[in-house]
Amino acid sequence: MTTDSTAELKPAWLHSLCMLALLSLLALGFASKSLAQITIEITEGVDDPTSIAVVPFGWSGSGVPSEDIAKIVGADLRRSGLFSPVPPSEMLGQPHQSSDVHYRDWRAINVEYVVVGTIRTGGVSKSVEVQYEVMDVLKQQRIMYEKLSGSSAQMRDMAHAISDKIYEKLTGIPGAFSTKILYVSAANRENRRYNYRLYKADADGAREQLIVESEEPLLSPSWSPDGSELAYVSFESGRPAIYRQNLATGAREKLTNFKGLNSAPAWSPDGTQLAMVLSKDGNPDIYVMDLASKNLRRLTRSSAIDTEPSWYPDGKSLVFTSDRGRAPQIYKVSLATGAIQRLTFEGSYNARASVLPDNSGLVLVHRQDGQFHIAEYNFASERMRALTKTSLDESPSVAPNGRMIIYATHQRGRGILAAVSTDGNVKYNFPRTTRDLREPAWGPWPK
Amino acid sequence: MNHIKQLIFTAALLGLLAACGGSQPVVDETSSADRAGSADTMGAGADSGLGRDGMDDGQAAGSGLATVFYFDYDRSTLTYETRQALDRHAEILRNSARVVRLEGHADDRGTREYNLALGERRAKSIADYLVLQGVSRSQLETISYGEEKPVAYGQSEESYRLNRRVEIK
Repeated sequence: MTTDSTAELKPAWLHSLCMLALLSLLALGFASKSLAQITIEITEGVDDPTSIAVVPFGWSGSGVPSEDIAKIVGADLRRSGLFSPVPPSEMLGQPHQSSDVHYRDWRAINVEYVVVGTIRTGGVSKSVEVQYEVMDVLKQQRIMYEKLSGSSAQMRDMAHAISDKIYEKLTGIPGAFSTKILYVSAANRENRRYNYRLYKADADGAREQLIVESEEPLLSPSWSPDGSELAYVSFESGRPAIYRQNLATGAREKLTNFKGLNSAPAWSPDGTQLAMVLSKDGNPDIYVMDLASKNLRRLTRSSAIDTEPSWYPDGKSLVFTSDRGRAPQIYKVSLATGAIQRLTFEGSYNARASVLPDNSGLVLVHRQDGQFHIAEYNFASERMRALTKTSLDESPSVAPNGRMIIYATHQRGRGILAAVSTDGNVKYNFPRTTRDLREPAWGPWPK
Repeated sequence: MNHIKQLIFTAALLGLLAACGGSQPVVDETSSADRAGSADTMGAGADSGLGRDGMDDGQAAGSGLATVFYFDYDRSTLTYETRQALDRHAEILRNSARVVRLEGHADDRGTREYNLALGERRAKSIADYLVLQGVSRSQLETISYGEEKPVAYGQSEESYRLNRRVEIK
């Protein structure tokens, strides 16, 4: 996919996308049911979202386009909680280019921004060209114009790329709609037999792809910082082991298989190291593996449980969970000095922390009145704030722009995925499926 | 000794079969109980006291000896009943070369990775007790599944209690 305003050509990413599509076809032989086939339920938004009209795009090819780009863009913006897209049925006209936009029609229904566009197919080849424009209704002027091209299979990617650009233009914050998520799903079968699957999908849950399947537990998926690989824990051999796997080729390497725990892999921001939990030396401690040499460095030496390492954005320290003070709390360890410092004091259960991309605080699991919530701990104010009201919330993972957190929770006895904004104002649930969904990991921006 | 090896091999083979999934024949609870109960005829003798998996009452067939041990929330301390049952397991193990697997589990409250560590701590506390009773460390294998393999579902104190366990296999 290319955009002529920025002239970005992404061959590596393109290549991996094609390989993945091919691999999933070959390996699976069936199309898996996608989370996004059912509408995501937005449970909370900001009080006064910006009204925007994403007019259905014009289409010049034969038949109907395989994806409704305007609908995908509208859904992305709605999910951010900051925008309220107008349903097409309420639009007084449906123009496809700025010259056909009558501003009074949009003022009449209190729309602040209008997005119009067209999709053209390239005849014999399956190439698709999309152009779109964004108008500021109050100022009566065009504020964005862009042309994108790609294959017809990339229409969803183009739609998310448009959402990212519009979101950034109107909020000043880069959008993260083009990102991917990893998560684990589990089903309980008869006679105490289980089925575990590790999936990758678009951030909106669409285009779900099976990565690994096992009758034994799969846990703790972690992205490499460039999004090309993942690390995870699999019990497939009867014991836990940490694997790294290339998403494009499927090539896989077993990194550890020590006696005891092999748990919670976390990729360093520069991609050269993997933090993990091993209990080979007695009880669970934090280790860092240099991925080139496979050398291990032990970072903690307590007789308590030390687990759930996560890197600071600068890669110089990690946070982890430890019950060395009896109750699980969050600690920081410096790679250079090995110095350990306790970070959380509020409450008797704080776990699985990750540092926000702007280094302003932590996102973690915090127990309050016997319930497990997703919370934000601010470094400057030293205050803990619960962001969710549901119970059994776990595995928070922050989007690369720091605005949203995906996490796992329960709904009517089943594990579901949900998201909450870092300020707590916006919430949405991914659809409940027939399987338990858990351990989501929000991926980096596509390279 | 040969008979014991044979028994372990058969059990391993059955485990493999079961792990092969979908289209393979599945060993159900009844037949596994029968097998454990008929261990005597295979010459395994005293070893029949050691557990088979999946017994609803958490007891080995025919012996009345517990093979599932329960724990308090966020704790790995052994109850009086557990220690009594472990004393009998220790006696059997001291007179055999059998290797047993201690599988630790947690309820689903709290985070998954922390619960893995908690399950390991529980399995180790059973192992440590058996070693104190004279069992060789080399006969004990520990593994933690954390909250990944629950036996009871739903958010109730009772299902939490049933899931906070160590199983001897």
